[in-house]
Amino acid sequence: MLMNLFKFKGGVKPPTNKTQSTGRPIAAAPLPSHLAVPLHQSIGGTPRPVVAVGDKVLKGQLIGEADGWISAAVHAPTSGTVVAVGPGKQPHPSGLDADCVFIEPDGRDEWIARQPFDLVNATPDAVRHYLQQSGVVGLGGAVFPTHGKLTPAKTVPMQELVINGAECEPFITCDDLLMRERAIDIVRGIGVFRDLLQPQKVLIGIEDNKPEAAAAMRAAVEACGEDFVVVQVPTLYPAGGAKQLIRVLTGKEVPAAKRSTDLGVQCFNVATAYTAWRAIAHGEPVVSRIVTLTGNVRQPGNYEVLIGTPMDELLQLAQPNPDTDGIVMGGPMMGFLVPEPAVPVIKATNCLIAHSERLFPPKAPEMPCIRCGACAQACPHELQPFELYWHARAKDFGKTQQYHIFDCIECGCCSFVCPSRIPLVQYFRFAKSEIWAREKEKKAADEAKTRFEFKQFREEREKAEKAEKLAKAAAAQAAKKAAEAAAAAAAGDAPAVAVAEKPADLTVDPAEAAKKAAIAAAMARAKAQREAAQPKNTDALTPEQARDMAEIEARRVQAGIADAPAEAAAAPTATKTEE
Amino acid sequence: MMFAPAPFLLKDASVSQVMTQVCLALVPGIAAYAWLVGPAILVQLVIASLAAVAAEAAMLKLRGKPLAMFLADGSAIVTAWLIALTFPPLAPWWLVVTGTVFAIVVAKHLYGGLGQNPFNPAMVAFAVCIVSFPALMSQWPSVGLKMPLLEQLDIILGLMPRADALTGATPLDAMKTALKLGDGQIDVAQLLANQDIYGNFAGRGWEWVAAGYLLGGLWLWQRKLITWHAPFAFIAAIVAISGGLWLYRPDAFASPLFHLLSGGTLLGAFFIVTDPVSGCTTPRGKLIFGFSAGLLAYIIRVFGGYPDGVAFAVLLMNLSAPLIDQLTQPRIFGMKGKQP
Ligand code: SF4
Ligand code: SF4
Repeated sequence: MLMNLFKFKGGVKPPTNKTQSTGRPIAAAPLPSHLAVPLHQSIGGTPRPVVAVGDKVLKGQLIGEADGWISAAVHAPTSGTVVAVGPGKQPHPSGLDADCVFIEPDGRDEWIARQPFDLVNATPDAVRHYLQQSGVVGLGGAVFPTHGKLTPAKTVPMQELVINGAECEPFITCDDLLMRERAIDIVRGIGVFRDLLQPQKVLIGIEDNKPEAAAAMRAAVEACGEDFVVVQVPTLYPAGGAKQLIRVLTGKEVPAAKRSTDLGVQCFNVATAYTAWRAIAHGEPVVSRIVTLTGNVRQPGNYEVLIGTPMDELLQLAQPNPDTDGIVMGGPMMGFLVPEPAVPVIKATNCLIAHSERLFPPKAPEMPCIRCGACAQACPHELQPFELYWHARAKDFGKTQQYHIFDCIECGCCSFVCPSRIPLVQYFRFAKSEIWAREKEKKAADEAKTRFEFKQFREEREKAEKAEKLAKAAAAQAAKKAAEAAAAAAAGDAPAVAVAEKPADLTVDPAEAAKKAAIAAAMARAKAQREAAQPKNTDALTPEQARDMAEIEARRVQAGIADAPAEAAAAPTATKTEE
Repeated sequence: MMFAPAPFLLKDASVSQVMTQVCLALVPGIAAYAWLVGPAILVQLVIASLAAVAAEAAMLKLRGKPLAMFLADGSAIVTAWLIALTFPPLAPWWLVVTGTVFAIVVAKHLYGGLGQNPFNPAMVAFAVCIVSFPALMSQWPSVGLKMPLLEQLDIILGLMPRADALTGATPLDAMKTALKLGDGQIDVAQLLANQDIYGNFAGRGWEWVAAGYLLGGLWLWQRKLITWHAPFAFIAAIVAISGGLWLYRPDAFASPLFHLLSGGTLLGAFFIVTDPVSGCTTPRGKLIFGFSAGLLAYIIRVFGGYPDGVAFAVLLMNLSAPLIDQLTQPRIFGMKGKQP
């Protein structure tokens, strides 16, 4: 079927380096010596561990329970013994630790009882719940819990379901191989998504440098009797970015501030559809994924790898050359060097590249920006990276927001083309994390302020109530007295009425005054508190303060996107490219 | 392990590559120039380059910047070449050196060096020199005058008296002066009939130099080092205003073709208004910048007191570039069709 394709602006064409790893079929990686399964593997809440040290677990057994709606369960990747539950190093540029379940495999790789899911009789909610329980998350790299994306917007009809098989990053071929070899399961999985979202059409986008994958998918679509359209899109990085692929296939542009469903379109990665179907048809939760091993290795290829496998052990399968000096997780455009080689494979791990200076020569020193505009021409979101850079460098974060820093998807196109070799994306990550940090600070201050004010308010109210009660009691007393007096005087003098009124007046007045004074005092205090809680003024710094700030910044820069995953929950569409 | 951020793959690009390509793009124009006036221009290019590199090195040293890295970026050479090409080819050596040193020291480094200069350094040099040494800056070799290299060298080095016969004015200047002196008695057609000065269109031989710049500019555009916006708008402005006035009074105003091919029009269009550091960077900004610079250049060149107006026009627009950029921010992905 001929389709009208749209273009996105910008983009770059780095050498694809894909053929190295497509020569051999997907192989199963052998059982590793030990596993460290991080609990927090998807955007959203961190699953709670439901196993303890010493527990025997079976493959596929639940070890971490989803915490809240945006969270997905975590399962034991193989059978064995839980040897520890606690912090472990993460494959994250920050190098920070996070809780893991450490499992010693027993070598039997014994499954739990696997029950296919009864799709026919299940309500949509039950399907979503089941996918959550099966740990199905976006495998394109963003690891957003899939069930959370399977509810159509209430007001906008779903028009297109976009399936992302573009795989635009150089070196990575795991989706390519998956489509070549397991297209039927992918198509079935897409069918499940289609049933839940009820789109008018389903479009599967594959970059035109993967003809085998496209052919396999077409054949599978036909074999399944579906009407999905497989579209070969021009090879242009980052065509596999969800927003770019949506643009190319539908012409729609999803702004940073909106969900794609608000525009009647939703996007999933092919591998996500595959795991969803494995869970439904075979009762297998997500305990493994396909990982490309490539780069400075003698035997590049794709492997089906258990989640939690130590990366260095895994990489041995591809026989890294002796000058390998690090492991890049992800592709060369958006990936990062893992803080240490033994960190575990997680659901977001699509590719490991053995790093060497031969493969990725060190960058030339950074020069000043010459405003050549190459970065702006390359930016797929049509930003002005050099302006962002300028303001990020000057720490004028308000300006960076004015120049739409949060629309930056960190694709790296700008850094790729910059003749001055400015690590632009680094600056943008830094600016984003700074803004997040300040927002957090401000929020904390605001919260403190609200709490304080509420406490004040409550205390004042209690005081006022007490005073009122006293006043009422006094008034009642007085009224009683007055009544008595009135009764006594009923036959005699009239002025008793005046006596009855007076005490009431007297008792109310002091209470009112006290209340007013207390409120005024509370307001003054609140004001003082508010002023103290204002975000720090960063304009007039003492040298000491400046140095402190510089240190904080150095740490932030070191940490790279340290804040990203936690925050990404708030802005799920802002960070990763694929899906 | 060292912290090395993504992307790990980088395009093969560097500032020196960019600058080298700009220099390459100037070569056709230079070739035509040398053919027209003799090797003097090459001598001037060498003098300007040496002065630029020396000034750059001194300033880098003073500012404590890495010498090798910044000298290799080639930006000083581009400035030097533009100065050499805009100054009279037989100007005394010290004039070129003064202009170049001023450009590098004041217009570039005192404003923060590479990428920071708000004004185009070459245009600053031109403006400063034409204000300070108006006579020398207006002496162009008489047309058809071919001198051997040594003689030209002697003039440039001041070893030979600057005989008035050797130097004349540019066609632009000549026409302006003639029209002024003629005071309505002489018209443009008559003047242009004088093939010796005005050549086929705009000055004997100068149209070939202009063609050389055009060629180089198109190449830069094809290499995506410049976009079409600023040159197009600049040329469009000059064609529009000169065309309008020419149609209105063909006897008093030269044709658009004359204006296009004479003076610094095409050099300015492709190599000056496209300077990203001192110019605009947004597409609409480039259009506004180019168009306004074109209008100003024409007005100054035709009605003002200087032989050409490109330099002053560009400097004036350099002043407004940041504001124009700010006001012409493009809509970004996903925000089109909406008010900013
Ligand atoms: S590509 Fe680099 S040098 Fe060119 S404008 Fe962008 S940041 Fe500046
Ligand atoms: S990293 Fe951000 S600014 Fe740079 S090209 Fe990508 S989206 Fe644009």
